[in-house]
Amino acid sequence: MATQQNRLHKWLIGGPPLAYLVVFFAIPVLIMVLASFRNSGDFGGLAPFFSEESGKLDLTTENYGRFFSDFIYTELFLKSFAYAAITTIVCLVIAYPLAMLIARSAKKHRDLLVLLVILPFWSNFLIRVYAWMIILGPQSVFVSALNRVLGTIGIEPVTLLYTPFAVIVGLVYVHLPFMVLPLYANLEKHDPALLDAAQDLGANVWRRFWRVTFPLSLPGVYAGAALVFIPALGIFAIPDILGGTEGIMIGNVIKQQFLDTRDWPFGSVLSMVLTVMAVALAGLAAWVARQSRT
Amino acid sequence: MALLEIRNVTRRFGDFTAVDNVSISIEAGEFFTLLGPSGCGKTTLLRMIAGFDAADAGSIVVDGQDMTGIPPEARNVHTVFQSYALFPHMTVAQNIAFPLQMANVDPGQIGKRVEEALEDVRLTGMDKRYPNELSGGQKQRVAVARALINRPKLLLLDEPLAALDAKLKESVQLELIGLQKEVGITFVYVTHDQSEALALSHRIAVMNHGRVEQVDEPSKIYGFPKNRFVADFIGQCNLLDGEIKSCVGERMTIALSGIGEVAALNIESDAPGLKGALALRPEKVAIGRDLPADADVNRFTGKVHDFLYLGDVTIYIVELAGGMRIEALLPNSSAGRTKFFEAGDEVQVGWRYDAGHFLND
Repeated sequence: MATQQNRLHKWLIGGPPLAYLVVFFAIPVLIMVLASFRNSGDFGGLAPFFSEESGKLDLTTENYGRFFSDFIYTELFLKSFAYAAITTIVCLVIAYPLAMLIARSAKKHRDLLVLLVILPFWSNFLIRVYAWMIILGPQSVFVSALNRVLGTIGIEPVTLLYTPFAVIVGLVYVHLPFMVLPLYANLEKHDPALLDAAQDLGANVWRRFWRVTFPLSLPGVYAGAALVFIPALGIFAIPDILGGTEGIMIGNVIKQQFLDTRDWPFGSVLSMVLTVMAVALAGLAAWVARQSRT
Repeated sequence: MALLEIRNVTRRFGDFTAVDNVSISIEAGEFFTLLGPSGCGKTTLLRMIAGFDAADAGSIVVDGQDMTGIPPEARNVHTVFQSYALFPHMTVAQNIAFPLQMANVDPGQIGKRVEEALEDVRLTGMDKRYPNELSGGQKQRVAVARALINRPKLLLLDEPLAALDAKLKESVQLELIGLQKEVGITFVYVTHDQSEALALSHRIAVMNHGRVEQVDEPSKIYGFPKNRFVADFIGQCNLLDGEIKSCVGERMTIALSGIGEVAALNIESDAPGLKGALALRPEKVAIGRDLPADADVNRFTGKVHDFLYLGDVTIYIVELAGGMRIEALLPNSSAGRTKFFEAGDEVQVGWRYDAGHFLND
C-alpha cells in the first residue's frame, strides 16, 4: 500500500519533466536523426519516406558524405567553436570579479545587485542585439570617437560592425548573466573564515585567491562555462545581426539550410553534429567537475 | 622582556568600546587564557594580536617588534579558529603543508615535516583524508598541527574546544597541555568556559566589558578573586553583602546584612568601615543537622530551600532565618554522610573564619 503510494508520488513528481523531455527533446531529436538520412524533396523539405517509384524505404547516407567531403563545414564548426570558447573565457574574466563583488557586498545589497545582473532579460533579446548594431555602427558616437583618437596617432579608422569582433561582443553581452549567476551562487557560500585562515597562515591576497577561492569556485566555473559555451556554439541571431558575411557561425548555416536553401536533410546533418558536440562537451565538463571534486 | 606585550590597547566600534585600555604581558612559553563572557572583548583582542583588526589606541608588541600596520600574513603568529577553517578542497597533508608552502619552504622538506606534524598530533595515516571525512576531534588536531608546523612565536586559539562534546573535551585538554609543553610555543587561548581556563592555563586574564578584571594563576583566580565579577564568573560563589566592623590581629568582624556578625580573616587591605561582600565558595560551607560548636566556625541555622543533585556532589541552597540564602556543597561520598537533606529540612551551615575573603566595593 505504502509502496504503491510512493510509486504514485514518484510519477507525479517525475512524470511532467519526463513528458516534457520526451515531447520537446527525445522526439525532435529522433525526427532530426531520421531527417538526416532522408533525401530532400523536389521543392525542398523532405522527400517521402517511401519512394513513389519503387515503394521502398528511401534513406541515404549521402548527406553525411557531403558534410565530410567538404571541409568548409568542419571549418565553420571550428570557427564557431573558437567564437564560443573566446566568449566563454571573456565572460569568465568579466563575470568572476563581478560575482565576487556581489558575493562580498553587504547582504542587504546582494539581491539588488543580482537583480541588476538579470535586468537585461526584461527587454527583448533581439532589441538588445540591435542596440549593439547601433553602438558598433559607423555612425555611433563611440566608434567615431575611437576613430578620431586612432587618427591622431596615425592609425586607419576601424570598422567594428559586421566583424567577428562585433559577434564576440554580442555573444559576451548576451551570455554574461549565465556566467555571473552560477559563480555568484558558488562564491556566496564560501566560508570567510577560510580566507582568514589562509591569511593567518601566511598567504597574501594573490595566493589566497589562487589557493583557496578559485579552487573552491570550480563547480561554479564549470556550470557557468557550460551555460555560456553550449548556447553560444549554436546561436544564429547574433552573427546574423552583427556578424555580416565574415562573422558567420554554424548556426547561421543550419538556419539557411532549413529556411533559405530548404535542404532539410543536410540541415539535420549539421544539427546532429552540433548536438553531438554539445552533449560530448557537457559530458566532458561534468566529468572534469567530478574529477576535481574528489 | 615579555614575548607579547599588549600596551594600553583600546578598540571601539561606534559607541561601543570592545576593548578598553587593556595591558597584558605574556611570557615566552606561557599558556595564557583570556576568559570572559561573550562580548567581553576577548575575541576582539585576539583578532588584534593576529592582525585582523587594528587597535584605535595602544600597541601590541611581539618579541620586541611593534605589530602596528603589519598584516596577518606577515606576522609570525598563527591562529586555531573556532570552526577550525580547514580547507575543504585539500587533504589533511595539504592543509598542514599550506603554511610551509606560503613560507616558501623547500618542497623537498615539506613531506617530511608534514609527516612529523601528523605524528605529533597522532594522525599518522590520515594524510590523504579530506576534512569532511574527519571527526570533530581529528579536525581540531589538524587545525592545531597546521597552525604549529612552521613554529610561530605565538599560537592563538579561539575557543577551539567549543564544538567538541564534553567527554572528548577532557582528553583534548590533556593533549593540548602536553603539546604545549612539548613544542614550548606560547599559547594564547580564548574561552568563555571557566573550567577549561582553570584546567589549561598557567595564567588567566578575566575580562568583562572590555576591561581586564584580574590576571593571575588559576588557583589565585579561583581562591582569591579580586572582585564580585571574578568571584561570580569563576565557579559558584556566595556573595554576602556586608560591612567591616572591627579588625583585631588576624581576625576581623563583618556585619553581613540579613545574617549578622561573622568572623573573617583580616588581610592588609581590610579596615573597619569598608563595605563590600564576603566571597564564600559553596565547598567551604559545611552543612549538617548539628554542627559541632567551634570558635573558629561561623554557624547559622536555616532550612533547605532547594538542592541540585549533580552526581558526585549535591548543592544545597539553605535559607537562613533572616531570609538570606547560602549555597553549600556536600560531596555525596563524604565520610559519615548518612542522609540527603530534603527541601524544608532544618539544618545548620557553617564556615571557618578563614574560608572566605572580603571583596571591597
